[in-house]
Amino acid sequence: MIATRRSPAQAGAKSQSNRIRLAGQRGMIALAVLPLAVFYLVWVGIPMIYTFIMSFYDWNPLSVTQTFVGAGNYLEALTRDPLFKRVLINTAYYTVVTVPIGLILALVVAVMVNSLPRFIGLFRAIYFLPVVTSVVATSIIWRWLYQSRFGLINQLIGMVLVDTLHLPINPSIPWLTSRTLAMPAVMAMSIWKGLGFTMVLFLAGLTSIPSVYYEAAKIDGAGVWQLFRHITIPLLQPTMIFVLATGIIGGMQVFAPMYVMTQGGPANMTKPFVYHLYEKAFTLYRFGYASSLAFILFAIIMFFVFLQFQVMKTRWEY
Amino acid sequence: MATDSPLPTLAPEFAGSAGPYRGRVRWTTVLNYVLLLLGGVVMVFPFIWMVLSAFKRSDEIIAYPPIFFPSQPNFDLLVRVWTEINFGRYFANSLLTATVATVAVLLTSALVGFVLAKYRFRGQNLLFVMVLATMMIPWPVLLIPQYLIAVELKLLNTYWALILPSLYSSFGIFMMRQFMHSIPNELLDAARIDGASEPHIFARLVLPLATPVLAALAIFHFMWHWDSLIWPLVVINTRNMYTLPLGLATFTNQYWTDYAAVNAGATVSVIPVLIVYVVLQRQFIEGIAMTGMKA
Repeated sequence: MIATRRSPAQAGAKSQSNRIRLAGQRGMIALAVLPLAVFYLVWVGIPMIYTFIMSFYDWNPLSVTQTFVGAGNYLEALTRDPLFKRVLINTAYYTVVTVPIGLILALVVAVMVNSLPRFIGLFRAIYFLPVVTSVVATSIIWRWLYQSRFGLINQLIGMVLVDTLHLPINPSIPWLTSRTLAMPAVMAMSIWKGLGFTMVLFLAGLTSIPSVYYEAAKIDGAGVWQLFRHITIPLLQPTMIFVLATGIIGGMQVFAPMYVMTQGGPANMTKPFVYHLYEKAFTLYRFGYASSLAFILFAIIMFFVFLQFQVMKTRWEY
Repeated sequence: MATDSPLPTLAPEFAGSAGPYRGRVRWTTVLNYVLLLLGGVVMVFPFIWMVLSAFKRSDEIIAYPPIFFPSQPNFDLLVRVWTEINFGRYFANSLLTATVATVAVLLTSALVGFVLAKYRFRGQNLLFVMVLATMMIPWPVLLIPQYLIAVELKLLNTYWALILPSLYSSFGIFMMRQFMHSIPNELLDAARIDGASEPHIFARLVLPLATPVLAALAIFHFMWHWDSLIWPLVVINTRNMYTLPLGLATFTNQYWTDYAAVNAGATVSVIPVLIVYVVLQRQFIEGIAMTGMKA
């Protein structure tokens, strides 16, 4: 820890040192705060207001004058946009599946890794590997594995299920071009990619649980499951809330895996909300409409942020 | 070191073994190893397959049953990809902008975090509330106007477009502020009485103390910046300025059906990252764990 050095002059020189200190601090404060204020104004404050204003206009960056449409954009999104409901469902589907499955898998792997007598570091490194590679690269890898004719997954299915077990299935499964399979295929990649990240958070949580808790419970005759249920789970709850909240908020904003793996297809079945927003803004130049989409997403995400705060405030004080 | 855990978890009598569930049934440990190994194959194999495939001939790529090792390394795909996509340039662009942005974020986060934690000034609470609030704003809300501002400031297709919007990180400020609280005031006062100026205290005393947290933040922010796709997609459209994810994604869309070439491209982009990871994996993982715990 830090060794605190105490000068004998400290007490007596307090008032004088205070004055010098305050003078020196003023410069530091200015240096820290003024550029930050400018930065927040330019890249956060003004954009927020800008998006809000644009969402009430039929805003096109290519035209000189912009037409005020009132709540027209919001009405269009909620009632007339044929894709709005689709992308909302896709996004919810993606989030509702990937977040809980990712959490449970990561927890299971973390507990298993943590119980190993040796090679904890090795397994941790292996499971973390996909986290460090970019989403674009891993999406490309998986697109290749999913390829229906010579992708490895279908080839393995062909070898094992068809050639060996003689099951009557066609091994050319169109993973990424089937309306029903494409989204689960993308989800599998996302879970695979994010698993190590969540696992590392859980591992850090697990190692911070004092082992005396377990020893005391064992003396009282608790079994493995009881230890897990009544010690591990409650003490990991803060980590779980964090993982759930960041997972939901991140899931609502997913974009890159679909952009690379399916381009939103087939028939928009893998198009997430942000992809729709991106297309409205940057291929159709409907900035006003896209802004209203952004604010709708903002409202949804704020709801979850609010929920997270409520959950954190009300429960789990140990 | 049997475990890489950052904290000692085991009572001495348990040393050498590990984990709270140990000691009961031995076969569970064996089962754990088997299951984790199988899972580990799933985690690693896609990368191995990708790298091996990049060296295969086109007939080996579509062969059935699948050929694991190419009969002899074939560099056609890699050479083609390297000449058709300007990977060196994209890589340099990504490396440069991610490095500059990360260094900037380290400095700004440490400075603002220090000032917020250790000084008293008017508007301090307001500023901290602003930091927290901006942490919660989802980026799609800011995307379109940020693009318009980038247009106004004539930043399109420049490095500045990739760097300026990430000079500050609210998350970084928050994390550094939390850390700075743990530095005792007496330590700073002692330095002041010894005649150290405030910038000196910050640079010579506080920054060295913050090194582990700064390293964690550096890894976190670098990875985040390195990975970002949608912002470069919006503000960059000249090929010379492409970042690596943007270049890869564009290449994928262009050669949509040429899986082998796209795969070779991804291989080229991933290999340097994998090498760095193998060397620095401990720092990576513990850095991420630390940022997660702080948040």
